[in-house]
Amino acid sequence: MKASVLVFPGSNREGDVAQAIELVTGRRPSMVWHGDGDFEKTDLIVVPGGFSYGDYLRCGAMAAQSPVMAEVKRRAAQGVPVLGICNGFQIVTEAGLLPGTLMRNSHLKFVCADVHLKVETSQSLFTNRYQAGQVIKVPVAHAEGNYFADEDTLKKLEDRGQIAFRYCAPDGTVDGTGNPNGSIRNIAGVFNETKTVMGLMPHPENATESMFGGTDGKALFEGIVEALT
Amino acid sequence: MTIAVEKNPPVKLPNEPAITDQVVAEHGLAKDEYERLLKIMGRTPTMVELGIFSAMWSEHCSYKSSKVWLKKLPTKAPWVIQGPGENAGVIDIGDGQAAIFKMESHNHPSYIEPYQGAATGVGGIMRDVFTMGARPVANLNALRFGDPSHPKTRHLVSGVVAGIGGYGNCMGIPTVGGETNFHAAYNGNILVNAMTVGIAPTDKIFYAAAAGLGNPMVYVGSKTGRDGIHGATMSSTEFNEDSESKRPTVQVGDPFVEKLLLEACLELMATDAIIAIQDMGAAGLTSSSFEMAAKGGLGLEMALDKVPMREEGMNPYELMLSESQERMLMVLKPGREEEARKIFEKWELDFAVIGHLTDTERMVLSWHGDIVANIPIPPLVTEAPMYERPWTLTDLPATLDASKVPAPQDWAASLLKLMSCPDLASKAWIWHQYDHLILGNTAIRPQDGDAALVRVPKTSKGASHKGLAMTSDCTPRYVQAHPETGGKQAVAEAWRNITATGALPLAVTDNMNFGNPQKPEIMGQFAGAVMGIAEACKVLDFPVVSGNVSLYNETEGRPILPTPTIGAVGVIDDIAKAVGSRLTQGGLAIVLVGETKGWLGQSLYLRENFGREEGAPPPVDLAVERRTGDFVRAQINGRRVAACHDLSDGGLLVGLAEMCIAGGTGVEVAQPAGNAVPSHAFFYGEDQGRYLIATGSADEVLSEATKAGVPAVVIGYSGGASLAVKGLLSLPLADIKAAHEGWLPAYMNAAE
Repeated sequence: MKASVLVFPGSNREGDVAQAIELVTGRRPSMVWHGDGDFEKTDLIVVPGGFSYGDYLRCGAMAAQSPVMAEVKRRAAQGVPVLGICNGFQIVTEAGLLPGTLMRNSHLKFVCADVHLKVETSQSLFTNRYQAGQVIKVPVAHAEGNYFADEDTLKKLEDRGQIAFRYCAPDGTVDGTGNPNGSIRNIAGVFNETKTVMGLMPHPENATESMFGGTDGKALFEGIVEALT
Repeated sequence: MTIAVEKNPPVKLPNEPAITDQVVAEHGLAKDEYERLLKIMGRTPTMVELGIFSAMWSEHCSYKSSKVWLKKLPTKAPWVIQGPGENAGVIDIGDGQAAIFKMESHNHPSYIEPYQGAATGVGGIMRDVFTMGARPVANLNALRFGDPSHPKTRHLVSGVVAGIGGYGNCMGIPTVGGETNFHAAYNGNILVNAMTVGIAPTDKIFYAAAAGLGNPMVYVGSKTGRDGIHGATMSSTEFNEDSESKRPTVQVGDPFVEKLLLEACLELMATDAIIAIQDMGAAGLTSSSFEMAAKGGLGLEMALDKVPMREEGMNPYELMLSESQERMLMVLKPGREEEARKIFEKWELDFAVIGHLTDTERMVLSWHGDIVANIPIPPLVTEAPMYERPWTLTDLPATLDASKVPAPQDWAASLLKLMSCPDLASKAWIWHQYDHLILGNTAIRPQDGDAALVRVPKTSKGASHKGLAMTSDCTPRYVQAHPETGGKQAVAEAWRNITATGALPLAVTDNMNFGNPQKPEIMGQFAGAVMGIAEACKVLDFPVVSGNVSLYNETEGRPILPTPTIGAVGVIDDIAKAVGSRLTQGGLAIVLVGETKGWLGQSLYLRENFGREEGAPPPVDLAVERRTGDFVRAQINGRRVAACHDLSDGGLLVGLAEMCIAGGTGVEVAQPAGNAVPSHAFFYGEDQGRYLIATGSADEVLSEATKAGVPAVVIGYSGGASLAVKGLLSLPLADIKAAHEGWLPAYMNAAE
C-alpha cells in the first residue's frame, strides 16, 4: 500500500501518522507539501493533525482552500480513500468531503487525554479489523472537536451507517461521561456516503505501541492496509 | 566597504530628546553605570546608544548581580559538549546524539499579561533550543502562584496554563512534565519557568559566534513591531502598583509563525550555509547582534532601515529594543543568501540581509545612510558592571523535635487533607490542557512517574531505543528556611526523580528566581542557594550546563520565596527497562529504601494541619543520596522493580497514596516492628534520600541493599482497593482519588 500524508504550514502530527503507517506497512509514506499541488499516484491520502495556518480564521478553513485540496477532492471522487485526523478532520469537513462541522469544545479548553471509543461498524475499509460495538482506548488532543450537524444530517448519518466512532465510557456506555468535548450524539468520527472518506478527532496514530499509549489504534491502520493491499 | 567610523560621528535624529539625567534614570542605569558608559564612549551617547547600553547592562541581560556567584557552579563533565554561555546547554547522550536544553523564566510578563507572558516564555525557550540545531522533543514548566484565596490567583492560573498550552500545542512539542505550587509569597509576583529539551546530532550543533569578514548578517522570521520595547529592563525592576500599566512591554506571541520558523531553520541547518545563528530574545536585535559579534571578536555594520517592519514610522531606537517574537539573526556563508531566502520564502517568512561583519570590533548602525550608533563592542561586554553585592546568609533554624508535633487525631482525615492540599493535589486540570502525547514518544506521562520519559529516535536499526528522563524541582519553603540546604535539596530531588525511572542523571539547568539583590538578606539567599547547588552538583556528578537568573521578584518590597528551580535531564540506554511510579498489580512487596528519622521541620504535614512553617528543612547527605540512588537505579536496570517513587513533599504515606491511585491498586503496610520513630513522623516526615519500590523480587532487592550498605525494609504488600496502614487507617482508593483530583477543578470552576 502506498500512502501519502499531506503537509500544510502548521501541520504537526504528520510524523506521528507516518510513524504508525510505517509500523504496519514497513514503508514510510510520502510526505506531500501542500504547495506542490499535484502528487503521485497513491492508495491512501492522509490529512494529519496540527494547526494548519495557525487555526486562524476557523480550524481547517484556510487549508481547505489550498490548491492541493482540489486534487484531494478529485481523487476522493475517484474512490481514493481519504483519512482526516483531528485538524485533518476539520480540513476535510471544511472542504465538504464530510458532513457536519467541528466547534469549540463545550468546556472551552484544549483537552489532551485518553478517551474510549465505541466502534459503530466494522463494515468499512478503515474499521474492518474492529468488531462493531468494540470499545477501544485512544487519545484526543484538540480544542475544537465538538462535532455538530443538523438533525436531518444526523438522521441520514445514522440511517446510512456513516457514524464510525462514538465517545463512550470504558464499559461502552454512550453518555455524557465519556464525551470529552460536547460532540452531538457523542460522535467522534464519521464517513462519507461511500465510506471511502473518514474523519475522526481522536488520534489512533498515537495508540500503536504498548509503551506509548497502548495498541488499540493499530488495528485501524492494519485494516486499511488489508483493504488496500 | 567598512565605514571609517571616526570620521562619521553618529547623528542625532530629528525629534530625539536630549540625554538628561532623567532620561538616563528612566533607562534603569545607575549614576556610576552611566559614568562607565561615558568613559567607554568618550562622548554623550545618542538615544539609540543609550537604549542599547540600558538593555545590555540590565540585570536580565548582564547578570551583573549574580555573575560572581554563578562562577561557583560546576559546569564540566566528560559528557558536557557546551556549558553555560550559549543559547542552551548541550550534553552527549551517546550514539552521536546530543540533548540540548535550558530553562528560562518569564515571571514579570506572565504576571502582567498571563496568557501572552507564559506563551512567549515557552516560545522563547523553544527558540533557544532550536537555534542550536536541535529539534525540540519535550517541554516542561515550573509554576508558582499566590495563595489560592488571593483574588488574582485563579485568573493567573487560567491564563498561564492556557498560554503555555496555546503555544506548545500549536508548535507540536509535547509538554510532558513540571510542577505547580501555591504560596502567598507569590501573590504579587508569580513564577513561570519554562524548559525545553531538544535532540541534535553531535556534529550538527550551531553556535552564536560570528565569523568571516564581510559575511552577510541575515534577519529571518516575523517582522519587528513595537511590542516588548524595554522588556529586559522591565523584568529587572521590582513591581509596584503601576506595573500593570506596563502591559505594552509584554510581547505577543504567534506560535504558528514559530512553527514555520522551526521548520525553516531546521531545513536550512540541514545544508551547510549557516556560520552562526542566534535567536532574538530579551533585548531583541540588540543582544543578539552584540552577542554574535562579541563572541566572534568582530565588528558589525547593520542598516536598520532594512529590518522588516510591522508598522510604519518605526525608528532605530524601537528597532533595536523591540522584543517582537519569532525572529532570528544569522551569519551565512557568502553567496548562500539566495538558497536560504528560498527556504524562508517557502515557509512564508521574512528574510532580509541587514548587515555584514567587519574587523572593527564596533557596532555601527545606520538609518537611511546616517549613522545612528557607533559603539565599541568589547568594552560593552567586558566592562559591563558586575557587582559583589553585600550578602548575609540565613541562619539554620533550630531542628524541630518530632515529638513536639501532635499526631493526627484522625489519620484518614489527615491523609485526605494532604492529598487535596493545593501543593499536592493532582494537577491533571493543568496538564490535560497540554498536548503531552504528540510525537508519539511519551513513555511516562505526567503523574505516572517521578520524571517524564520520552523515547529518543534511533540512529541505527537494531539498537534499543534510548529514553530521555526529565524533571523540574524545587522546594521553596526549604530554600526559604535555609537556602544552602534548599539548594542542595532541589538538585538532589531532581537527581532522585530521574533515578526513580531507571535513568542516569546527566546534567542540570538552573532557573534562579529571587527577590531584590540589593538587599543583603536576598543576596544571601542567592549565595546560600548557589553554595548548596554547587556542592550537590559536584557530589552527584551533575553539572550545570545552562540557566537563567530572575531577580527583583518583589512587589511593594515583599519578596517571593527564594526559588532556584532545577531542571534536569538523564538518559536510560534501553527505554524498555524504565519504570514509572504506578502501582498496577497486587502481590508485590513494598520496599522502603533509605533512612527514615521522621523529619517534620518544614513538612507539609506541619503546614497543612497546624499552619506552622517552621524548623530546619530536612538535611541532605549527598554521599548517602548518591549511594541510595545508585542502588535504586541498579535494581531498576536489573529488572527487579515494577514501580518506583521517590519520597518528597508529604512523606511516605503521601508517596504511597500517589502510587496506589495512579495505578489503581491498593496496599497494606505497617511501620516496621521495633521502629521507634513516632508514627506521624514516620509516615509524614520528609527525610531525604528515600524511595519506595514495588517488587516481585524482594529477597534479592534486600540482599543487594545490604551489600550496597543501603537501608531497605519491606513495609507491606500491594493488593486490594484500599490503602491500609496497620492500626492507623484504611481508606478506599476511590476516596483518596476523589480528594486528590477534586481540588483543582473545583477551585478553577468556582464562581469568581
